[in-house]
Amino acid sequence: MIISEVLKLIDGKIVAGEKYLSREVSKAFSSDLMSDVLTLDTDEILLITGLINVQTIRTAEMAEISCIAFVRNKKVTKEMVSLAEVNHMVLIECASSMFSVSGKLYQAGIQPVF
Amino acid sequence: MHAQYEIQGGDFTKAGLASSEVKKMLKQLNLDPKIIKRIAVAMYEAEVNVVAHAYHGIMDIELNTEKIIIKVQDTGPGIADIDKAMEEGFSTASKEVREMGFGAGMGLPNIKKNADELILNSKINKGTEVKLVFYLNHQ
Ligand SMILES: Nc1ncnc2c1ncn2[C@@H]1O[C@H](COP(=O)(O)OP(=O)(O)O)[C@@H](O)[C@H]1O
Ligand SMILES: [Mg+2]
Repeated sequence: MIISEVLKLIDGKIVAGEKYLSREVSKAFSSDLMSDVLTLDTDEILLITGLINVQTIRTAEMAEISCIAFVRNKKVTKEMVSLAEVNHMVLIECASSMFSVSGKLYQAGIQPVF
Repeated sequence: MHAQYEIQGGDFTKAGLASSEVKKMLKQLNLDPKIIKRIAVAMYEAEVNVVAHAYHGIMDIELNTEKIIIKVQDTGPGIADIDKAMEEGFSTASKEVREMGFGAGMGLPNIKKNADELILNSKINKGTEVKLVFYLNHQ
């Protein structure tokens, strides 16, 4: 599935990386715990999180994650957007809960990491 | 090759800057992406530990064709019981650290998982040294 389809499915708003709308995502992981994200062996996944701060972007940078969906109507900060842009990442804001976003994407065929 | 980076304890706005610089450098050297990721994850958790638990730190990188050695040395409270600190789930992290998405006691176990060698030395009320070794030509 490509990012633009993800946006449609979860009724998300893209706030960084508009030029990467046709990037593919096939796997996702949902967590607010960055230490958890750092234990994954899979990279190039979609990260679904409610954790709003620069460490989320740093964690994604270290873990080779280039697309993050922020759930629960949390708003991404300017610092997060600039750091994401330097790292060619896509950031998505979404009003729904983590459960709802995960469920919709799972149903549409996005695979879990484990 | 040899390089050093500073880590400011307590300052979460800058946590990860040193690891980010080192990771960029490793990418330019065209190392295997799998090794780069292992290094990035381990050194980032070590850097976050300085920010979360200590006052000030230095990240020292030594690289040759065979291996990369990363030493993260800090001045700080030190670790009283290293075996306990290595246990998954053990954490003395503050609420602020947990709000940053860390502080679940998973850092040191994950560092151990990713590094080929982990040597931890610590002195109470002085500081901690985390030495990580990664072999570059692993089969
Ligand atoms: N650099 C350090 N200085 C002092 N204490 C540390 C340091 N690194 C780790 N520790 C201690 O070891 C514990 C476990 O570390 P870790 O596994 O990274 O979990 P966390 O950082 O999530 O608490 C910490 O909670 C802390 O008590
Ligand atoms: Mg830690």
